[in-house]
Amino acid sequence: MSEKILYSYSALFDTPDKIIHAAKTVAEKGFKKFDVNTPYPVHGMDKAMKLTKSKIGWVTLVFGLTGTLTAVTMMGWMMAVDYPIVIGGKPYFGLPGFGPIMFELSVLFGAVITVVALLMFFLKLPNNSHPVHDTEYMKNVSSDKYGILIEATDPKFNKNEVEALFQELGAEKILPIYFDEEEISFKPKIFDKKFIGFLVIVAAITSLSVYGTMNKVLYMIPFSWMSEQGKSIPQETSKVFKNGSDMLPPVKGTVARGYLPYRFKGQPDKAAELLVNPLLPTEENLALGKTKFNIYCSPCHGYLADGKSRLNGNFPAPPTLHSNKVRNWTDGRIYHVIMEGQNVMPSYAHQLSEKERWAVINYIRVLQRSFNAKESDLL
Amino acid sequence: MSNNEFTQELSVIEGKPSLRSLDEIISKPLDTKPDKKYYIALGVTLTMLTIGAVALAYSFYYGIGLWGNNNPVGWAWPIVNFVFWIGIGHAGTLISAILFLFRQKWRTGIARFAEGMTIFAVITAMIFPIIHTGRPWVAAVYLLPYPSQHSLWVNFYSPLLWDVFAVSTYFTVSFTFWYVGLIPDFASLRDRTKSKVKKIIYSITSLGWRHSNRHWRHYEMVYLILAGLATPLVLSVHTVVSFDFAVAQLPGWHSTIFPPYFVAGAVFSGFAMVQNVLIFIRKIFNYEHIITLDTLEKMNKIILLTGSMVGYAYTMEFFIAWYSGVPTEVFTFVNRAFGDYSWAYWIMFSCNVFIPQLFWFKKIRRTIPIMFVIAVFVNVGMWFERFVITVTSLSRDFLPSSWAYFKPTIVDGALLLGSFGLFFTLVLLFTKSLPVISIAEVKGVVDGSQPSHGEH
Repeated sequence: MSEKILYSYSALFDTPDKIIHAAKTVAEKGFKKFDVNTPYPVHGMDKAMKLTKSKIGWVTLVFGLTGTLTAVTMMGWMMAVDYPIVIGGKPYFGLPGFGPIMFELSVLFGAVITVVALLMFFLKLPNNSHPVHDTEYMKNVSSDKYGILIEATDPKFNKNEVEALFQELGAEKILPIYFDEEEISFKPKIFDKKFIGFLVIVAAITSLSVYGTMNKVLYMIPFSWMSEQGKSIPQETSKVFKNGSDMLPPVKGTVARGYLPYRFKGQPDKAAELLVNPLLPTEENLALGKTKFNIYCSPCHGYLADGKSRLNGNFPAPPTLHSNKVRNWTDGRIYHVIMEGQNVMPSYAHQLSEKERWAVINYIRVLQRSFNAKESDLL
Repeated sequence: MSNNEFTQELSVIEGKPSLRSLDEIISKPLDTKPDKKYYIALGVTLTMLTIGAVALAYSFYYGIGLWGNNNPVGWAWPIVNFVFWIGIGHAGTLISAILFLFRQKWRTGIARFAEGMTIFAVITAMIFPIIHTGRPWVAAVYLLPYPSQHSLWVNFYSPLLWDVFAVSTYFTVSFTFWYVGLIPDFASLRDRTKSKVKKIIYSITSLGWRHSNRHWRHYEMVYLILAGLATPLVLSVHTVVSFDFAVAQLPGWHSTIFPPYFVAGAVFSGFAMVQNVLIFIRKIFNYEHIITLDTLEKMNKIILLTGSMVGYAYTMEFFIAWYSGVPTEVFTFVNRAFGDYSWAYWIMFSCNVFIPQLFWFKKIRRTIPIMFVIAVFVNVGMWFERFVITVTSLSRDFLPSSWAYFKPTIVDGALLLGSFGLFFTLVLLFTKSLPVISIAEVKGVVDGSQPSHGEH
């Protein structure tokens, strides 16, 4: 067994008055590396130990302001630069609206970073390998005694003198504290087989649970992106409706919007007499008529309505629409042909809406006029 | 009687117990096995929690159509419960931070417990807005500004988003504050315990704290700073919660009195809850000399004060409704007091304003069974306050054709029961796993624990 290395000499006291006196004396004697351990903060101890006021408040100030700045930059960038949207008529960069979050982030940064700084930089914690741990001294000062210790590395340290000093101050008990053998010869156990095994198990569990969540759990009900919903889908059976289907037939006599039944079925003369073209030959309506005519009518009637079919005799070519007969028809009569068809021509009622039919008729009138233009049209 | 007696500070801990006996009595619940009563209590709270969990599972599977929320009452019990639980939490921060800044020594005995209740109340509260979204596993992500494939950010002008930041900051800072307070106690427990496992746990949690005065110096400063930060924070949290209502333009919500009124109400209900629980704790664990009758009396005084503030706010709301001359505003308040929900309104008014007035009598302030009952009434009343605010305004909005009466379902009830189950389960586990009284702080205020300062 090697010789123990001395860390410090320590003394235990009974009352707060005695420890204050002891700390004051030790500090006045010029010791630097000494410490007082008390179960709770004793008032006036900082002054007795000649310690200055803690400067940790600056950490709070700096990081609190960092929080404020982070909040303003984050919100300003997101709301005014990256994706500006007008919300309730407010400006993109509206400081009053940012206020609450600026405050919250200041407090959050200030508080959390102060505590982290306190523990890691000011107190140098966690540290469970300090020599005073697990000593009789520590067990007493964490309960009901007041302790003082002077480190052996202090330039003024002298075993006998320190012991005499403590006795003179009225110490209840004087204890030497040694470095722990195990901790001096401590070797990191990072490459320990058990530790590596532990890491492997953690990695396996983590990857399996992430894989399971992303690929299995998220596709299970009710996490499955709302794929399963309590709603009716067309063509499915239903327990709610009497007909056993999710789709209900319309009430008898129901007419869909824009699909009023044709009033003059088989009555071309009545249609010619009573139907009136509601559409004015505006540029817009003629453009619509031209489009629809070219799509639906021109394959047989030809682009110019002159009967030059592009179907090359697969169907009998229809007569020209520039004949006197057609030219003298009312708009209503042509409408009737579109609705009911004529000879080989089928009904085009389903291809063209009501407005489109009238637009096509207007366009046909334009074509007819262009084939029989008067001199006055040239002006 | 000499002059000296007037200037002498009254002791907050009775009977000058020795420091070692404080260690023993505070760590006793951690060292002993729980008794039968504890298991019965835990059984009851776990049953409540399970009922809530089943109701929640149903709500996730079938959707939140199982709740009573309708159109126009889209915000119903979930928001009521959220505001109620957040409010409960506020007492803890008030005791641990604001009373610390005011140097109220009587707070030391109850601060740790009240802070613990803050954390549990905030946990309970946070559940409600998240489940109200219907798909909480998605909402939890969408609440935060993160760069998603939508390339869209959250709306920073919305009070609901302020809530996200306020509540999460509140939770983080409260938890940090609580843990910082626990470090010296963990160290004391570490040096006391004889069990090997506990020693390892306490060594880790105490971070190797040495009770060194060179540490205490920074530690006390940080404690002061955290108290200074937590004080405006706690005021801001309920202010922001009240903005959820006040920023909307609904009559009965759109009011500048909301922030102070909500904060006073939060402290009111929080103190009532802390008082209720502490009455049991001091009896069961024999802490009568640490959590003294004087402490309870002081808490009752705060309940009386904040209760009167809440009463003032109720009255002032009525006055302003009349004084503003806005017909919808007048209608809303008359409807609250005499309309469909008048029963809820008068439960709220009598529990919060009339009953706490009994605390003007010293005898009632110092009689435990009576003060317990009054505090229970206060909590009932404060739950109804949030109910009245949320539901009456929504059920009678600007468009009479959309008016509807709100009826809660059994699932709503089960979720409320479950929230109490969660809260009290956490409280019970806390009493058996951590020191419910701050050992280091209490030692510091026992008579004779501070130097006598002879030279002054």
